[in-house]
Amino acid sequence: MDITNLKAWEIREKILNKEISSYEVTEQFLEKIDEVEDEINAFITIDADRALDEAKKVDEKIAQGIEIGILAGLPVAVKDNIMTKNLRTTCASKMLEKYIPPYNATVVEKIKKEDGIIIGKTNMDEFAMGGSTETSYFGITRNPRNKSIVPGGSSGGSAAAIAANEAALSLGTDTGGSIRQPASYCGVVGIKPTYGLVSRFGVVPMSNSLDQVGVFGKDVKDAYLALKSIAGFDPHDATSSKRAKLEELNFDEVSLKGLKIALPKEYDELRVKGDEKIRVVFENSIRVFERNGAKIEYVSLPYLKYALETYYLISTAEVSTNLSRFDGIRYGHRAFEYKTLDELYINSRTEGFGEETKRRIMMGTYALSQGYKDEHYKKALKIRTLIKNDYDRIFKDYDVILSITSPILPFPFDSVINSPVDMYKADTYTVPVNLAGLCAISVPMGEVDSLPVGLQITANRFNEKTLFTAAYGYERSANDEL
Amino acid sequence: MMSYKTLVGLEIHVELMTERKMFCNCKNEFGAMPNTNVCPVCLGLPGALPVMDKEAVEYAIMAGLAFNCEIEKTIIMDRKSYFYPDLTKGYQISQSDFPLCKGGFLEIDLDEGPKKIRLERIHIEEDTGKQIHTENGTTLLDFNRSGVPLIEIVTKPDINSSEEARLFLEKLKNTIKYLGVSDVKMEEGSLRCDVNINVIDEERNIRTNISEIKNLNSFKSVVKAIEYEQKRHIEALENGSNTDKETRRFNELTGETILMRKKFQASDYRYQFEADLTPIEIKEEWINEIRTAMPELPDQKKRRFMKDYKLNEYDASILTQSKELSFFYEELTDLVNDAKLAANWVMTDVLRRLKEEDKELSQLNLTPKALAELLDYVKSGKVNNNTAKKVLREMLETGESAKNIIDKQGLIQINDEEELSRVIDEVIKDNQQSVEDFKNGKDRALGYLMGQIMKKTKGKANPNTANKMLIDKINKN
Repeated sequence: MDITNLKAWEIREKILNKEISSYEVTEQFLEKIDEVEDEINAFITIDADRALDEAKKVDEKIAQGIEIGILAGLPVAVKDNIMTKNLRTTCASKMLEKYIPPYNATVVEKIKKEDGIIIGKTNMDEFAMGGSTETSYFGITRNPRNKSIVPGGSSGGSAAAIAANEAALSLGTDTGGSIRQPASYCGVVGIKPTYGLVSRFGVVPMSNSLDQVGVFGKDVKDAYLALKSIAGFDPHDATSSKRAKLEELNFDEVSLKGLKIALPKEYDELRVKGDEKIRVVFENSIRVFERNGAKIEYVSLPYLKYALETYYLISTAEVSTNLSRFDGIRYGHRAFEYKTLDELYINSRTEGFGEETKRRIMMGTYALSQGYKDEHYKKALKIRTLIKNDYDRIFKDYDVILSITSPILPFPFDSVINSPVDMYKADTYTVPVNLAGLCAISVPMGEVDSLPVGLQITANRFNEKTLFTAAYGYERSANDEL
Repeated sequence: MMSYKTLVGLEIHVELMTERKMFCNCKNEFGAMPNTNVCPVCLGLPGALPVMDKEAVEYAIMAGLAFNCEIEKTIIMDRKSYFYPDLTKGYQISQSDFPLCKGGFLEIDLDEGPKKIRLERIHIEEDTGKQIHTENGTTLLDFNRSGVPLIEIVTKPDINSSEEARLFLEKLKNTIKYLGVSDVKMEEGSLRCDVNINVIDEERNIRTNISEIKNLNSFKSVVKAIEYEQKRHIEALENGSNTDKETRRFNELTGETILMRKKFQASDYRYQFEADLTPIEIKEEWINEIRTAMPELPDQKKRRFMKDYKLNEYDASILTQSKELSFFYEELTDLVNDAKLAANWVMTDVLRRLKEEDKELSQLNLTPKALAELLDYVKSGKVNNNTAKKVLREMLETGESAKNIIDKQGLIQINDEEELSRVIDEVIKDNQQSVEDFKNGKDRALGYLMGQIMKKTKGKANPNTANKMLIDKINKN
């Protein structure tokens, strides 16, 4: 039996019922990695030996009847911008090619505490900047659904690892869609939780006011299980919330009946050329909600149309300072040749960072510079507040907002990447969620031209329970209707 | 004669003596082995996040209250971007648009009366690491200091002379010591001061461009640097030229300032909101709690000393000029129950000794309790003043108690009139010439006779009693 095909929650039950050992599970996933990794390249680093050791320990615990965590024996792939003690963490950059962290991110500690098995570190766009995983220093990741197509990004490796059965669950980070878009492209479920639900301690920031750690799974229940393990207040992260807790949800009792759904009409104005086929699939999924008793209404969020520009001003400004610490002095890449201190900085950073990273650092530095700061960075902060206010108003009357996850289909390598602005436009539906600190999930809603497309469901801050209710209700109904 | 006015503004960095660093759990201590008090946060490792230390905020608010500032309602931190090897993140977590404390002032005492030096602001920020340049040309980095909480106090250009600057700094240092939020040691870097200076030719209404002076390691350096700069700026005006806007470094050996760099344009630190630290609300109750827990400040203490101990303003100022001295005085007064006596002894004998030996009170071999024991002898008349001064000297040298010294040397004052009478009779008999001289109006002769009495009694005679008896006996003759 190929256990890697199963959902994480199914594997978990088999381990708990002692149908299969944790060791065997890890072994099977490692075999799968061996089999497909040459082609997929979802991982930057695979930690096979340690994973097997850890799996053995879980088996011992089970044998001794010691209470085990909720991820007991499940192989988890971790995006390579999340610190893992004594396990190389590169951010897919030459800058950190050889960086071995001396500490674990809080989310990694939590996974270990819940007896999850960290199987390896996944590929991504360099420092999480990009939507195709093509900016990685460690080569491209192929979409398991179609090998000539990108997996999306920036958490492309984590999404591909799930789609290719290389891990039971995976962690990603989402700053403007970096979990939801690759989930959509790879045909898996990906959730970006509310800002403050999951600790960012030990997660290399891209844009620290927008970043949030989230998870990938084969289905909604998997995503719930994974998120449950990492959610919670962390005293080491001042932005993590004291109310951070994922509420219990009885999936058997989930119903879409009476769910109040909002459809922002501004999304019609923001349409991207060529999204017609995706729109058709989206209309069909709205009908699924309707047929199951949800109420759907059109609403207006007037400031939504400025979200993309706002996002790119704030995120690049934050990128520019967040990446300042990579200066070649204490760790990371240091240029071989330099004569002065300035040259040490300039040469190290010129050599260590890739093109997209440098582009964003420069944009952000510009947005913060004297004479430009007021009309760029500061104005963007104001519009961000207005966008937040728009959402707050909508969520007084509605439970969730529906949209497509990405307005463009998963694309071939070397295509969109050559036009940064088109790449940025692919984030149209995902970035407003980060600006407002909301939670959102992407669930598969069908296919266009044999490529997966995702449905994005958005809920209010710390309303993950409603989000999972809507997502699971949809997933179950859509499957039933097949 | 032209009339010039010097304008000086100070920027003072004070390291706060919190137990932990500002954003992590590392110990905040001076002098530890390099890079032992460090962690991912203060080393700026990838992914590490800052969390604000409550004590640092409380200390900073305390300073703000002591200097009469308005306290901001919300703490908003900013990133100040620049590259330097001792800065671990490429930005320093500081404050830009919303300093924790605004306005405020500190009063200094000038001969012509008190003068208010207004403050611009006090903000909180983290300290950087330290660079150590070795002889072979390499540079070593020590990050023990990285992330230590600082307050930066910025004055308005209300200071008009080097003397005013010195008085201001001394008052500031003393106040902060009273608060106990810093040990304010310039030699250890827990107090650092930069000077901004320019000069106005009031007649022609021309002002020189501001120089910023760095590398000032003592109050003396601050004074010398201001004096040097004042001269340099006035010379420029007299030559019909002007100074450049520049940063200069003070050279302690030559007493001169040297150009470091010209300031062609203001540096752009690209301040950005520090989103890793969510704004912290400062509730009125919190400020009140801090205010209540605040120790007494020098000016308050001075007023209380004048009222409770009936001291004049001068004495009260002297006795409150340092925290240690004021505590010493109060404890002493409580023990001997005589504020005036205690004040006299502290102000003359104790302070003189400190000055002579260039020492701090804590370095002196004397506790209030030990001195009180001696003063009890004085108060009860068992030892006279001169003897007591000698005993004190011996106490300081040997560390022995007053009682031991007095007992061992038999220094108890002779008050017994019979015994004194015998000695005086002897002295009169042996010094007839002096007795005659005194009778003839030579007052100095009495001093000589008293000296003889003291000699015979080894200084133990009660001087008042002996003096009175001597005059009586001579007059009766």
